[in-house]
Amino acid sequence: MIKRFTVLLLLAGVGTLFAGLLLGYSPDGELNATARYYADHTAPDIGAANIVTAIIVTYRGLDTLGEVTVLFLTAAIVGLVLARGRRRTRTEQRELPPSGELLTTGSRLLVPLILLLGVYVFVNGHLTPGGGFQGGAILASAILLMLLTDPLRRFSHRLISALESTSGLVFVGIGLLGVFFAGGFLDNRILPIGNLGSLFSAGVIPVIYSFIGLKVGAEFSSMLVSLSETEDS
Amino acid sequence: MAHIALATGFILILIGLYGALTNRNILRMIVSFTVADTGVNLVIVAVGYLRGRTAPILDATLPAAEAAARIIDPVPQALVLTAIVIGVGITALMLAYAYKLHETKGSLDIADYRELKW
Repeated sequence: MIKRFTVLLLLAGVGTLFAGLLLGYSPDGELNATARYYADHTAPDIGAANIVTAIIVTYRGLDTLGEVTVLFLTAAIVGLVLARGRRRTRTEQRELPPSGELLTTGSRLLVPLILLLGVYVFVNGHLTPGGGFQGGAILASAILLMLLTDPLRRFSHRLISALESTSGLVFVGIGLLGVFFAGGFLDNRILPIGNLGSLFSAGVIPVIYSFIGLKVGAEFSSMLVSLSETEDS
Repeated sequence: MAHIALATGFILILIGLYGALTNRNILRMIVSFTVADTGVNLVIVAVGYLRGRTAPILDATLPAAEAAARIIDPVPQALVLTAIVIGVGITALMLAYAYKLHETKGSLDIADYRELKW
């Protein structure tokens, strides 16, 4: 009783704070200086139609590298924590009920389409509201669908980790090329900027974002596979 | 519009905090944390919204010269993209630890774990 009261008291305090913020909030009429810089300089300097992508991959590219590293660490720790449990082999696994005609046939139809959509989303990251992280998550959702259809399906860890480390290396390698051939680490102007809005534009942004997509997809898949392999079903 | 989104975000944060503080089941606490996480993301995106403006993607109808006068703030969106991805990572880690805890003690009730209680 006293505990619930403390919780409610705490929430009331935080709620008052939030209410003060909400009542005192007045939306800006104009972009602030940082946003204005990005809005004015993205098209001539970076050549990406999607300004958010230009910020993520080029202006704040180092942050994205850190983000991908955090994700890699997460995948590695999930693998480490779960791998110490006893792996069940197919024979000692109890029989699972079959997953049903609809799910099996549906996933056979949908998995290639989902993979295609994921690739489309990260290849067009500099033009449309998509990108490597979204595309990678879509790729991993195809893996999730395959795991739902057959929970005992095993994916090759070697393939996933090879894909993951190769894309990471290519990402850093392209970033380093920027030091030698353009303005600095992760500069996208190694390749010509091209016409705004065409697929081959914005320098190396599509290349970098595609590899980020592959890397994120591989990391999410490895988390899903680790979680499914230790399942006590 | 921005006020509605902000209020929704704040309410989601409060719901998440309430759930995380009152539930005893670890899985429910993890779900509460993801709800609070969504609330934070919603608040950040809502702050970047400017009335009557469009998404920060240049095309034929939004030439680069007019961009600064017609787009909403792209920086919070980039921040939230990062926050969402890190949020997924944190959720996966919490789930993995919850699995491990269940494996060692056979219970997901937080009251059964007294090692860090003082």
